[in-house]
Amino acid sequence: MTDSEVLLETPLASLHKELGGRMVPFAGYSMPVQYPAGIMAEHLHCRAQAGLFDVSHMGQAELIGEGAAAALEKLTPADVQALKPGRQRYGLLLNEAGGIVDDFMVANLGDRLFLVVNASRKHIDLPLIESVLPSGVTLKPLPDRALIAIQGPAVAALIPTNLTFMGIGEIEIAGIKVLASRSGYTGEDGLEISVPADKAEALARALLAMPGVMPTGLGARDSLRLEAGLCLYGNDLDETTSPVEAALTWSMGKRRRTEWNFVGADVVRDHLDNGVKRLRVGIRPEGRQPARGHTVIQKDGAAIGEITSGGFGPSVGAPVAMGYVARDAAADDAAIDLMVRGKALPAKVSPMPFHPHRYAR
Amino acid sequence: MSEMKFSKDHEWIRMEGGVATIGITDHAQNALGDVVFVDLPETGRVVTSGEAVAVVESVKAASDVYAPINGKIVEVNAALVDDPAKINVEPTGEGWFFKIELDGELPDDLMDADGYAAYVDTLG
Repeated sequence: MTDSEVLLETPLASLHKELGGRMVPFAGYSMPVQYPAGIMAEHLHCRAQAGLFDVSHMGQAELIGEGAAAALEKLTPADVQALKPGRQRYGLLLNEAGGIVDDFMVANLGDRLFLVVNASRKHIDLPLIESVLPSGVTLKPLPDRALIAIQGPAVAALIPTNLTFMGIGEIEIAGIKVLASRSGYTGEDGLEISVPADKAEALARALLAMPGVMPTGLGARDSLRLEAGLCLYGNDLDETTSPVEAALTWSMGKRRRTEWNFVGADVVRDHLDNGVKRLRVGIRPEGRQPARGHTVIQKDGAAIGEITSGGFGPSVGAPVAMGYVARDAAADDAAIDLMVRGKALPAKVSPMPFHPHRYAR
Repeated sequence: MSEMKFSKDHEWIRMEGGVATIGITDHAQNALGDVVFVDLPETGRVVTSGEAVAVVESVKAASDVYAPINGKIVEVNAALVDDPAKINVEPTGEGWFFKIELDGELPDDLMDADGYAAYVDTLG
């Protein structure tokens, strides 16, 4: 059996083909890594105007019923109960050891919560959430909805909304009723749009017909999110990494850090009180040579960590990376060596994002 | 100018007076995508056919470039270091990688343009 025989397709599969998308397996789906314009052009176009992304492989679900927010808080240190209607927030699902099971978005839609989880983790996340629900709260997966992101500085004028950054609500685009949030994974302003699968292609075509909107593949999505300093689950986050090590302490609500009533709280509390041995940092290699994931990081000849995501940043015009280093080597501008093909490539620990965020706060 | 030959590793070879100019094919640059970095060999290095001698990196991935013949590296295209995009724009011209002074005969398995085109078709 080959991969292609078991790969799932999104509702935009035929559109990708028509647009000349180069399809690759990703998280069990056949997804476009790029279109004929290429990763560099798609990346730069998204920062200059607008890029359209099919992210329908991601998991969407609703959590419905009295006490849904409190139930979800058993698994996440995010403050879900304080989330106001029409607002969305980034959070982490944790395990007993304080490790990250997934990162996700949760939104308050008034009468229910709306969740978006990673494609590669939905088969783990949804049963996990299901397992902590009290009677009266139900989890409803939404496999019949597609997810389309449109990102870039042109989006605000193309699709005017009342939403501010991390706002969410029902709007109409080209006569199609959708659920849109002003958020994304590129560091740019833009929308993430949940739409019924049978309306997804019509919506995508309407968006692509707007001036300055270019189809953008997973390749540019990856370089855009890396420049924005945003984590990719499976690369930068995993079940052995705590929110403190991942430098995602900001995603844990203040109230949650007084109550400590989420799974893995003991470990997270210990990491906050006593410090961590390693920390996620940004890394700027000197010169033009990129350092990829799994590159060993050394300082004074000793291994002190590993790159988890790395590549060339088209907007930065130089290689960029993130990874984990020993706490005492994690200060900005600390000199480190990246072991690329047996040679030490000099690099510096760098603040993130590498390219400034341009959210509509 | 002599006929261009091609390797199964997607290098092209153009022989002129015992020296082969070598680069990657249009198919290879297209598969790689936008090239952002090249690591070229030292001149004077003696190489054997199939040996990894250069590295080419696109936004997404790194790939080795192999010596398609035995011989000695006599020149490298230093202009690629500052402008690696030449490899995408003109892979069989300004985007050449290095020159090897041939030692012995050309390997039998090098293909002509039609043979290489047929080979690429078999890769799907």
